[in-house]
Amino acid sequence: MRRAYFKNNWIAALVVAPQLMIIFVFFYWPTSQALYWAFTLEQPWGGGNEWVGFENFRTILNDGRYWDSVWVSCVYAFFTTALAMGMSLILALFADRQLRGYRFFRVGMIWPYAIAAPAVGLAFRFIFNPSAGVASYLNLAFPGVWDPILNGDHAMAMIVFAGAWKQVAYNFIFFLAALQSIPRSLLEAGAIDGARVLRRMLDIQLPLLAPTFFFVLVINITDSFTDSFGIVDTMTGGGPARATNLMVYKIYEDGFRGLDYSGAAAQSIILMVLVVALTVFQFRFIERKVHYS
Amino acid sequence: MIERTPVLNIATHAILAAGLIALALPIYLVFVASTQTLAEVTAIPSRLLPSDQFFVNVKAAWITADFGTKFVNSMILAVGVVTGKVVLSAITAFGIVFFDHRMRMPVFWLVFITLMLPLEVRIVPTYAVAANALSPFQAMLDWSGLTWLIEKATSIRVSMEWNLLNSYTGLILPLVATATGTFLYRQFFLTVPDELVEAAKMDGAGPLRFLREVLIPLSVTNIAALATIMFVYSWNQYLWPLLITTDPNYGVVAVELGRLVPDSSSTGGGIPNWHIAMAGTLIVMVPPIIVVIFMQRWFVRGLISADK
Amino acid sequence: MSDITIRDVRKSYAGTEVVHGVNLDIRHGEFIVMLGPSGCGKSTLLRMIAGLEEITSGEVQIGDRVVNRLEPRERNCAMVFQNYALYPHMTVANNIGYALKVAGMKKAERLEKVAAVAQTVGLGEFLDRKPGQLSGGQRQRVAMARAIIREPGVFLFDEPLSNLDAKLRVQMRHEIRRIHNRIGATSVFVTHDQVEGMTLADRLVIMNRGTIEQVGTPQEVYDRPASTYVAGFIGSPAMNFLPATLAEGPVLWLATGERVDLRGVMEMPRGLAPRAMLQLGLRPERLRIGPVGSGAMDVRFEFAEELGSGRLYHLRHEDVPVTVVSETKQTLREGEPVGLTLLPGAVHLFYGETGRRIETTLRSSVNERVSA
Repeated sequence: MRRAYFKNNWIAALVVAPQLMIIFVFFYWPTSQALYWAFTLEQPWGGGNEWVGFENFRTILNDGRYWDSVWVSCVYAFFTTALAMGMSLILALFADRQLRGYRFFRVGMIWPYAIAAPAVGLAFRFIFNPSAGVASYLNLAFPGVWDPILNGDHAMAMIVFAGAWKQVAYNFIFFLAALQSIPRSLLEAGAIDGARVLRRMLDIQLPLLAPTFFFVLVINITDSFTDSFGIVDTMTGGGPARATNLMVYKIYEDGFRGLDYSGAAAQSIILMVLVVALTVFQFRFIERKVHYS
Repeated sequence: MIERTPVLNIATHAILAAGLIALALPIYLVFVASTQTLAEVTAIPSRLLPSDQFFVNVKAAWITADFGTKFVNSMILAVGVVTGKVVLSAITAFGIVFFDHRMRMPVFWLVFITLMLPLEVRIVPTYAVAANALSPFQAMLDWSGLTWLIEKATSIRVSMEWNLLNSYTGLILPLVATATGTFLYRQFFLTVPDELVEAAKMDGAGPLRFLREVLIPLSVTNIAALATIMFVYSWNQYLWPLLITTDPNYGVVAVELGRLVPDSSSTGGGIPNWHIAMAGTLIVMVPPIIVVIFMQRWFVRGLISADK
Repeated sequence: MSDITIRDVRKSYAGTEVVHGVNLDIRHGEFIVMLGPSGCGKSTLLRMIAGLEEITSGEVQIGDRVVNRLEPRERNCAMVFQNYALYPHMTVANNIGYALKVAGMKKAERLEKVAAVAQTVGLGEFLDRKPGQLSGGQRQRVAMARAIIREPGVFLFDEPLSNLDAKLRVQMRHEIRRIHNRIGATSVFVTHDQVEGMTLADRLVIMNRGTIEQVGTPQEVYDRPASTYVAGFIGSPAMNFLPATLAEGPVLWLATGERVDLRGVMEMPRGLAPRAMLQLGLRPERLRIGPVGSGAMDVRFEFAEELGSGRLYHLRHEDVPVTVVSETKQTLREGEPVGLTLLPGAVHLFYGETGRRIETTLRSSVNERVSA
């Protein structure tokens, strides 16, 4: 606990004011605005908003397309998270052995963090393009076996790969840092107790990694719900037949293409609740349960 | 590390190499495509070795997408967000950590909560605010009856408007409205020993002097980390610029990239210019990759302490 | 140059009082050491003098100014912190000169002063280094120089030597005293190390649980500790305590039923109730070991620690441990009974309930044992 403070509180007010101003205008106001819209229905082209209670939510929740979008988002979240975390965890565990070339490998795993979602999307769209990219080899051998343009499952697989690829670097950074914070003496003690490398990974490193693991898990799930727009927009546009119409994308479509602000706002609220719930869950339960110190 | 058996070492290297290839392969393929002609890139099966059209394609992409203008805009956006974040978060964290006032924790929570909801989930109303950044104040005046009062008293109807669509301010400000940086600084400021503050007090330095001459110089690595994270974050922004800039003069590279390939994949239209699109993809990737590789050490540390 | 007056000063944190009405007069140019275990309020008191801590009630006066409402910089105090609190990003020269810079002194003049002060503490060649490149002792010197350069009326030291190794600590102790003698400013030094306190102080202020137990010169405090607390704190090894009851005159019953006759050693004040509960304090360095039955009481030998110049004997009187320091080296068997002889100044008596000292008149001769 800090005990040394400055006393000039008006300076404190002055230095926090700009940030508070900006988050008020661009965070709190829009968020409350979303609430307002979610419970009202805008008259077309002005004329004020009419209070409709939960009507917007009822409409959404009775819409099969919305549930499709939720389902698709969950599928996307599950597979990208599993793929990205699995790969980064394995890479981090082995990179942590710090053999020769460690620095090179580390940089090699980190740089994809820097790549923009639309760039990733475009690259993977090209690679998985049935008629131009590498996937064309597959189609040459087995005609028609791969077609993300027409087949929804293939399209989903494609955005999952792109999304996971983009996420690996971020996860890797966290896993490696967490592994490196495990005292070497613990591993040495394990070695003296007769545990070999894989055994030590399973019995010592993985359990001690648990807090980071759950932190990364929550971040990955949240990101796959919120940060997937760029990939979907550049790769599939939500198609084919809404097979990759993730929740964020649907909000954008309904709000800006369909101009259904109230519906989009209600969907935003649901997504916000979901994201906040995940974060709170992370803070309240996981952080508390998986700490050893 | 313990137990360096040859077999295990080979396995370790093999796994790491496989990972590296999995990460690098897509970019290699992008590069290969960017060196080919349209005929080569759409040949079935496609060639997996680079050809000689790289500079031709890069130039074509540069011109087609008007990257000249877009690069400048992306730079302005990135520099704006980085500067805004670095400065605003530093002074906010300073106000939260080094002063003992009743509003300290409320302010901290107000800022902290913004970490939870990324711009994407509140995109629709944020867009509405950007159309008139003064609308919150207008609405508050309207609700409180002040508008009515002023109209009665002066017969002037207060109507505030500040349209941020198609402007750099509109691009930048909403991206600054999150807590990442504040949190990073706060974590660091909390590790600054009390005695340092007290020594400064004994030496006669006031709060602003302490901020300028002690805290900021001490935060250099944090500033570097935050600047890197924010540069990547803002350079790679897609949805927000897509919405707020309809005027091509304000377009940024990430959005322009999406436009390089017509929506043929979903419509089954003509053959897209993949070679040019991939050249464009490379161009857009390069600046943040360079920044991340050069700033690697600081940025890794910053990323970890900012999010935890 | 100031004297410091502390009048009924109290300090509370969230309703809990940690300093309970302290009064103290510090004379001009005096070296005061505030001694006590951690949490006794000594640092809080120091920080209230510095202005780093609000004074809940009471008054602190430096010179003829009441400083309660003044900012630290207005109090004409300089402080050396426990962890030195050097600015890690500034060179040694800038660290030393920072207060002058804040005060607006011109650069040339400042650098000249910095160089001069650095010279006096032996830092002349390190002026361009950063604190991170210095050893512990050198950092300590920078912290000192930073205080000296201000030419303050009052030097405040908050356990400045506790982060140094033993040898360096002694060396810096001498240096601090030397600087004090040369500059002649009033110094207030906080420590939990009684050796530091004894060696440095003109006067010691011994604190316990937010109150002052005793104020006096090191010699006074050692010779006539005001309470069992002070007696146990000052002197190394610590004073031995044996619970006892008063028989009559200077004759005691120990808890074990043994009789100790102090008639040869001291005279008791009048007015002590018979059967009063007492604590018999025995200074280890004023005890000698002899054959059984030769001294004031018998004890059993447990083991001895070699000190080089002498030996530290660990003895036991029933279940109460008793230590003796002596230059004579005897070889004793574990469990062997020996007699304990009391030299002048060995015995201190305290009230059992309050722990306060019972003033006695010393006699010079060695006591005789009267067996029960």
